Amino acid sequence: MTAYTQAPAEAAGAAPPGSPPRRRRRLAPRTIGYLLILPTVLVLAGVQGYPLVKLALLSVQDLTQRELFSGLPAPFIGLGNYAKILSDPDFYLVVLRTVAFTAANVALTLVLATGLALVMRAASRWCRLLLTVVLICVWAMPQVVSTLVFNWLFDYEFGVVNWLVGRLPGVDMNGHDWYANTISGFGVITMIVVWGAIPFVAITLYAGISQVPKELEEAARVDGANSRQIFFRVTYPILRPIYTIVTVLSVIWDFQVFNQVWVARGGRPEPQYQTLGVYSFVRAFGVNEYSLGAAIAVITVLLLLIFTVFYIRQSLRQGEID
Amino acid sequence: MASQPSTRARRGRRGGGRIAANTIGIVASVVLIFPVYWMVLTAFKPGDELMTYTPHFATLHPTLANFSRAVHAPHFADALGNSVVIAFSTMIIALVLALLAAVAIARFRWYGRRAFIFAILVVQMVPMSALIIPLYLMLNSIDQVNKLSGVVLTYLAFVLPFSIWTLRGFVAGVPAELEEAAMVDGCTRLQAFFRIVLPLVFPGLVATSIYALIQSWNEYIMAYVLLSDQQKETLPVWLVSFVSAHGVDYGALMAGATMMALPVVVFFAVIQRHVASGLTAGAVKG
Repeated sequence: MTAYTQAPAEAAGAAPPGSPPRRRRRLAPRTIGYLLILPTVLVLAGVQGYPLVKLALLSVQDLTQRELFSGLPAPFIGLGNYAKILSDPDFYLVVLRTVAFTAANVALTLVLATGLALVMRAASRWCRLLLTVVLICVWAMPQVVSTLVFNWLFDYEFGVVNWLVGRLPGVDMNGHDWYANTISGFGVITMIVVWGAIPFVAITLYAGISQVPKELEEAARVDGANSRQIFFRVTYPILRPIYTIVTVLSVIWDFQVFNQVWVARGGRPEPQYQTLGVYSFVRAFGVNEYSLGAAIAVITVLLLLIFTVFYIRQSLRQGEID
Repeated sequence: MASQPSTRARRGRRGGGRIAANTIGIVASVVLIFPVYWMVLTAFKPGDELMTYTPHFATLHPTLANFSRAVHAPHFADALGNSVVIAFSTMIIALVLALLAAVAIARFRWYGRRAFIFAILVVQMVPMSALIIPLYLMLNSIDQVNKLSGVVLTYLAFVLPFSIWTLRGFVAGVPAELEEAAMVDGCTRLQAFFRIVLPLVFPGLVATSIYALIQSWNEYIMAYVLLSDQQKETLPVWLVSFVSAHGVDYGALMAGATMMALPVVVFFAVIQRHVASGLTAGAVKG
């Protein structure tokens, strides 16, 4: 494998010894490589690259409904949109809310999923199978569906959660609206997000954990390490590449949570429920200030990039991703 | 010497650990599956058990009335048809393009390869909600707003990177010696690919295809923005608009939700092992 991948030119170009010399012209492997990625590059350039450039352009223009319908070019206004956003105290609240929400979601997801992965490994076969089936069912639930289901569970009138919590002595949950208070409201949305995110992370981590040689952990145990030490000193270092991937992906997904907030609030999220993605969307399409929405989106992408590019570069350097 | 008691102690600890793990496993399963159970149960509950202050945790009178109401709600058939068309088109195109790119990455060395991999990873980082505005304007200018093809195009952008990443792991997992051997035996590179590599990455293809299918089956916000006609909406958009249009008929809503989720659950059950292993392969293997 290595001989072939490291010296493909040789493998493809030189005729194998003993066979009659062939005169057919072969494409150089490099050219084949380029031809193979061409369609993908075209699609991604068209549907991600161009819109990204367009997004950046839009954020320094002032595009309103008038330009959209008349087809007139939108005037350039420089950094006006950014100035407008950055001087808006609400914006910082939205950023803080988004960061806190993301941090809570990612931390909860990783901790709970790690716990589940460890439980899966320690449990009996039947229990592991049970957990796998359950995780798959949860994993497969579309976000829109699960958000609607959680809204039904937390319904203020007939919700089963209100009934259950109301069983506790001295608690009256009659007609309790979980979304009336932002903290408990985001608590519910966090539950929806984390519940949906756990299966992917748990199954991925379990797949990794089951590949960790048992002997290593046994050896550590014989040397007197406790379970916590074994996890952090032996298991975790081996699983680091997997943790990197799932952390980066979780941050990306949770930072841009849109569907859960949008659907949970019935398509009309109140200002105190707006995270960056929702905020940008509401500004752009709600008031038709496309440029302002674009500037918010650019800031969102930049914030994400700061975190993730650092993470990915590090992984690339360490050769964890090739 | 010291190994005898230590082995016994370890075994004892592990036995206790297993019981504890099983207990936690059962509790976690019940908690995690409850929302799904509640959805399906609600979908089958007769009307007089739906809206009760004291919940019924099971029903002895399952009914299909909720499903019937959901199916006969306006535009259900349209939404189902649109979702099927969009999901399958996205899947087929994504599969072909991703396989080509995966082979390019796993099998060939070319200038800019690492940059391409980096780009694939970074592209997944761009929030879809950030691209809604420019995508909408772009599709608007080429007359693709309110068309299913425009939606397929946008879904490709979000499905391709992950598909390439997953498939890459599978292609890299096929020893290149096999291909070389076939080529030594007189196959062309193309023949070697079709006869040797393709059959071996087939599980990966299945996993990727269903991933693409599910993503485009479940996507909500792009479809919501891009498809303005009610006849054009997809299942998730239909499901959400169904709530506001009729007040909340939770029985029918949960029936609709069950119908939308069921095929996904079945597909996922078939492929989840491959997705997880493909991802782990992508993360740890070269």
